Amino acid sequence: MKERYPLFQIMNKNGELLDHAYETEITVDQVKSFYYHMLRIRTYDQKGVALQRQGRIGTYVPFAGQEAAQVGSALALADKDWMFPTYRDHGASLTFGADLDRMLLHWNGRIEGCLPSREKHIMAASIPIATHLPHAAGAAMAETYKGTKNAAIAYFGDGATSEGDFHEGINIASVFKAPVVFFNQNNGFAISLPVNKQMNSQTIAQKAEAYDIPGKRVDGMDIFAVHFAVKEALERARLGEGPTLIEAVTVRFGAHTTADDPSKYRDQEEINRVREEIDPVLRLEKYMKHYNIWDGDWAATITNEIKAEIDEAIQRMESYQKPNAADMFDYVFEKPTWTIEKQKESIISTGRQS
Amino acid sequence: MVMSKELEKRSGVKTNSLTVIQAINNGLQTMLELDNDILLLGEDIGKNGGVFRATDGLQQKFGDHRVIDTPLSEAGFVGTAVGMALNGLKPVVEIQFLGFIYPALEQIATHVTRTRTRTLGHYHIPMVIRAPYGAGVRSPEIHSDSVEALFTHLPGIKVVCPSNAYDAKGLLIAAVEDPDPVLFLEPMRLYRGQREEVPMNAYRIELGKGKTLQAGEDVTILAWGAMLPIVEAAVEEMKQYQISCDVIDLRTLYPLDKEIIAGSVQKTGRVVIVHEGHETGGVGSEIISIINDTSFLFLKAPIEKVTGFDVPVPLFALENDYLPTKERVSKAIKQVYEF
Ligand SMILES: Cc1ncc(C[n+]2csc(CCOP(=O)(O)OP(=O)(O)O)c2C)c(N)n1
Ligand SMILES: [Mg+2]
Repeated sequence: MKERYPLFQIMNKNGELLDHAYETEITVDQVKSFYYHMLRIRTYDQKGVALQRQGRIGTYVPFAGQEAAQVGSALALADKDWMFPTYRDHGASLTFGADLDRMLLHWNGRIEGCLPSREKHIMAASIPIATHLPHAAGAAMAETYKGTKNAAIAYFGDGATSEGDFHEGINIASVFKAPVVFFNQNNGFAISLPVNKQMNSQTIAQKAEAYDIPGKRVDGMDIFAVHFAVKEALERARLGEGPTLIEAVTVRFGAHTTADDPSKYRDQEEINRVREEIDPVLRLEKYMKHYNIWDGDWAATITNEIKAEIDEAIQRMESYQKPNAADMFDYVFEKPTWTIEKQKESIISTGRQS
Repeated sequence: MVMSKELEKRSGVKTNSLTVIQAINNGLQTMLELDNDILLLGEDIGKNGGVFRATDGLQQKFGDHRVIDTPLSEAGFVGTAVGMALNGLKPVVEIQFLGFIYPALEQIATHVTRTRTRTLGHYHIPMVIRAPYGAGVRSPEIHSDSVEALFTHLPGIKVVCPSNAYDAKGLLIAAVEDPDPVLFLEPMRLYRGQREEVPMNAYRIELGKGKTLQAGEDVTILAWGAMLPIVEAAVEEMKQYQISCDVIDLRTLYPLDKEIIAGSVQKTGRVVIVHEGHETGGVGSEIISIINDTSFLFLKAPIEKVTGFDVPVPLFALENDYLPTKERVSKAIKQVYEF
């Protein structure tokens, strides 16, 4: 099966183009935008881990290693498309246009963080594994119903493929030719379980065969490969040809979450050793240097800009208005029921008690 | 608990000072040693020892044929456990957090709970489903649900919830030995709090029996799991007002201990029920129904409930406002006392 689903790469480890078919499509501006967004979400990710260590936020979910997969896919979307991310895909959400302040508030246990954007269709990160795949199918079917060319993308991990909702979501999408891309990030682990114990299949892409839809296995550390694979899948979707399953093969560099200790179940030292060699951000940097589009001044400028942007957002997060206990009653129904009214009243009358 | 120290002296059984999570680990180990038909299934329970370390070291000790890391598939492994149970094994499955039990709800509602009935007793499902649950530990969304009432409502499954290390091991062993399915709820907030002397042998605490933690005359307080430390703090505060409380840890939520409830209510005539699950349709309402049936004429005041609200458990910025607090419990105690 691995032979039937070869790893699609456009550039090699050293940042040299392998597949020249895409050469004319790759513009300097686009490469710079890829680099900028990967650097931005990496900076955010490093801040997230640091803030958690300092006790300034709750549990954080790092995605280091998956930047190319998240940025390459998110930048393939059109403005009106729908994004259904998981708890690890805040990099993709931020790149597609999620509000940075909200994405930070989320880690402080603030419900505001569950609405990544009021402009873009970015759903609240799905925490119960695979439950959002059918949603992506449905949102896509609604676009078809309305006669638009908009599509949807669902993000999910290797572990998610074991849940029923994965199969049910893809099956329905395939039956109705829903314009949706099922974008899998195979980072090798579901918490502690390695992918070879998650499934008997050698690839995730091959699961597409069961639904008679295209499946493509791409190098998730190669932002070009990810980007063009997702772009082509979206084009198919918009033409009414139905869903595609993409497996982006990547590596989770760090812990599952800041509450996890990976040394319990894998050789974390080994990952730390190979990290630099396989790093998706460095790979694009090598590409830029190799093709003489690297500009040190520009890189320094954006590094500083991004730092300032994120530091300011963190300040806003930390000085954000305190939550009000009565808020928890406000969005259960359009009009609160009497039990909720009564409970809200009891909290207001006794004041904040925690 | 002092009692078990004495027990060690009297019986010569070795005890160790354990947290709740260690007592659960020890209970699982005790049962794996005793009975080869017992095996454990769940996500990350083997090599990783469980996300809370409930199964730490057990795969090394008993092998990966008995402590099984399953794919990420709650419906799948609960259903698989049904098949194993039909065929004579006694699976103990771990749901990583109670909020992730929902994919398995179909298996639980249509097979785990019904197999004995629909096979006229020819087959039965001696399965335990363990699930960490509850708010107050700054978990992410969905990880803090307290939906015990969904399960007390389903006919065919018992629901158990320990509040301390000694009970955790004794109830777990009783649950594993029970010939019918048991949902074993583990309050996350108590996992690593208090230590207690826990006997190293296999001992059982009968399912369906509550326990009086403090005897008092004026007000009955009924609670379980992570609510007990809050209740005890409120009860302590009430002492300055000369209000003495009968504090009962129900320990099993289905079937409820009707006798201990009625006995206490008939003594005090005043009742406060404390639970973290949502108010409407919560186990508290069922307790009120038992009081109505057994002790209506003994009541001196309307029963007070201190519960979670009818809202999804909020993200952690507001979880402490969702949870019953010492202040809310104290206020309820005074209210029934002064009525
Ligand atoms: C239904 C459900 N079961 C269990 C969990 C607990 N859990 C959170 S993440 C995770 C592993 C997910 O692995 P994968 O799909 O590979 O995504 P990754 O975390 O690697 O991005 C598990 C078991 C959950 N969130 N939802
Ligand atoms: Mg994974």
